[in-house]
Amino acid sequence: MDYILSVLVENHPGVLAQISGLISGRGFNIRSIAAGETEDPTITRITMVVAGDDRVIDQVKKQLGRLVDVIKITDLTEIPSVDRELALVKVSSAVSRRAEAFQIVDVFRAKVVDISHQSLTIEVTGITEKVDALIEMLKPFGIREIVRTGKISIARGNSLAGEGGGGQVYED
Amino acid sequence: MRMPGAKMVVEALKHEGVEVVFGYPGGTIMPFFDFIHREDIRMILTRHEQGAVHAADGYARATGRVGVCVATSGPGATNLVTGIATANMDSIPIVAITGQVPVDMIGNDAFQEADIIGISRPITKHSYLVRDVADIPRIMKEAFHIARTGRPGPVLVDLPKDVSVATGDFRYPEHVDIRGYNPVVSGNPQAIEEAMDLVRSAKRPLIYAGGGVITAEASGELTAFARKAGIPVTLTLMGLGAFPGTDPLFLGMLGMHGTVAANQAACECDLMIAIGARFDDRATGRLSQFAPKAKVVHIDIDPASISKNVVVDIPIVGDAREILRQMLKSAEPLPIDSWREKLMATKRDNPLTYRKDCAVIKPQYVVEKIYELTGGEAIITTEVGQNQMWAAHYFRYDRPRTFLSSGGLGTMGYGFPAAIGAQVAFPDRVVFDIAGDGSIQMKIQELATAVLNELPVNIAILNNGYLGMVRQWQELFFDKTYAFSCLGQRPSCPRQCNSPANGCPPYVPDFVKLAEAYGAMGIRVERPDDVEGAIREAIHSPKTVILEFMVAREENVYPMVPAGAGINEIMIG
Repeated sequence: MDYILSVLVENHPGVLAQISGLISGRGFNIRSIAAGETEDPTITRITMVVAGDDRVIDQVKKQLGRLVDVIKITDLTEIPSVDRELALVKVSSAVSRRAEAFQIVDVFRAKVVDISHQSLTIEVTGITEKVDALIEMLKPFGIREIVRTGKISIARGNSLAGEGGGGQVYED
Repeated sequence: MRMPGAKMVVEALKHEGVEVVFGYPGGTIMPFFDFIHREDIRMILTRHEQGAVHAADGYARATGRVGVCVATSGPGATNLVTGIATANMDSIPIVAITGQVPVDMIGNDAFQEADIIGISRPITKHSYLVRDVADIPRIMKEAFHIARTGRPGPVLVDLPKDVSVATGDFRYPEHVDIRGYNPVVSGNPQAIEEAMDLVRSAKRPLIYAGGGVITAEASGELTAFARKAGIPVTLTLMGLGAFPGTDPLFLGMLGMHGTVAANQAACECDLMIAIGARFDDRATGRLSQFAPKAKVVHIDIDPASISKNVVVDIPIVGDAREILRQMLKSAEPLPIDSWREKLMATKRDNPLTYRKDCAVIKPQYVVEKIYELTGGEAIITTEVGQNQMWAAHYFRYDRPRTFLSSGGLGTMGYGFPAAIGAQVAFPDRVVFDIAGDGSIQMKIQELATAVLNELPVNIAILNNGYLGMVRQWQELFFDKTYAFSCLGQRPSCPRQCNSPANGCPPYVPDFVKLAEAYGAMGIRVERPDDVEGAIREAIHSPKTVILEFMVAREENVYPMVPAGAGINEIMIG
């Protein structure tokens, strides 16, 4: 299964390389990784989705914990959290099929952010399954390029991803 | 006080109480050498950077202090890599300082540039690229702190040349504050209590201890605990010396070349108390046959070691000495006489042994004699392969920090420079590198270092003309095809040679002449009767000595468990 880890690290050059090197060097399987500055500019948050079983994830967490630049690891897998991913999808679109494409975009509450004679670029935000579903629906148009951010997650309610713990569950 | 960055590094070494640095100069690190030259810190110039890092490692293992080595950028730094990896695998505290090209040239493929931070990332505990001279005091303080605390390991500090000549204020910090680094020291009291409950109810308990006990300076506590409770002890290769090798409770080393008693105990125990050991494949063999009926208590400073290979029932994260002290408080003699007697009988009936020979020198005999003639007081370093296993089997280590060997990485070429490091730390002790004729040639150039620094290191080469362990595996598992393991092989040799019996070409090099060329003493020993005299001569000589023992060429290391088999599937030979 997939596990979501939220990892707070020192905002130093090379830290991302350190983490991705550790993951590949120990043969762990990463599905996605997203990094960005936090409310504290000296700290970067890395959200990663790792595939494996409980034992593998236990090792991933422990090995990450050994890194001096890793400040905190929170496993969001079992904690109520809001998960989002953003994707930009460029599809071929003959003028005759545009209306159809726009309909699909509407249903998914996605946006058309660029348009040309031969193509449409669609921006979609949501949970991974929603992004996957939209991409599936767009396949008949001919997908030319996909750019995905990878998943980012935040704990629900008052609790912070950096602190762990559960929060209230709201409807998506 | 204002000073250049390179001087700050030297000042930091003084603050850390460093008495010796092993290194090799070059372009980008010259400012450092210029300053250390003016100080009281001893600088040992090796003949290769790998010699420097292994020597720093040997110094660290022998003393328990942080070893320090220095090299220049590019090839100097990359030559450290094997030594850093060696220290990392065995959790040895070293600080490696490398020169680097100036900051604004980094990434430009400058002369003697290598991304040593990137290269060494998976084999260091931590590393720093110094970008600002003002950071040097903090970085040096942190580097030593990280190297020596928690599960120790190598820390690399990469020092660009412009940073080492830039000036800044030097104030050495008194404390470190690293928010992502807080090793747990004291074990969870509840877990300790649960572990002791298991100890009290165990019928067949076994202590399996490793190098972590030596690192934690917990040998005394381990010994007291085992003796008080009467629990038999087995040690890993890295653990040798953590519990007295001559104690009746000691079953010997376990694993691939473990004793029958130790491996049997590991298979049959109902409680395994693992202390500072990491269930390495060479120790456990096939995991399904390792302690299959046992509850496992695992004491380790590194949470990542716990349940990595073997699922643990009671993990106790913390310092082995602290935890053993707690356990000792409630330890009582256990009513496990029948278990103990059974193991003692196995130990008595299956001693480490070999077929004596009065015509040919047996390598095991050489190690036995070194043990006997040094009264067991020597510091032994080893290379890797058969020499390492014989050194582990036939010298009994009663004290920690007397057996220095590359256990995890298995680095040939480690033993001699490590012996130099140990001898620098203890000028008055007898130091032997037990070597093979293959391994010793990997770092033979350090003879110059030993001779010029007047270090009376003794190198006992067990010369069988082979990469002996490779040949042993070829004999057992590759149909006796000695592919490229014979060190005397020439084009004129028969292609399918699988025996050294007839008309082998003369051995190269002549180690006696080689020793003499470096100004060391060389003694070749060809008859068993001469072994003792030669060892005595080496011990009493103030010179660096090569003892070349022409040993039985096809002698094998036994007991042996084939790779991947259960450790009860022992080949006795």
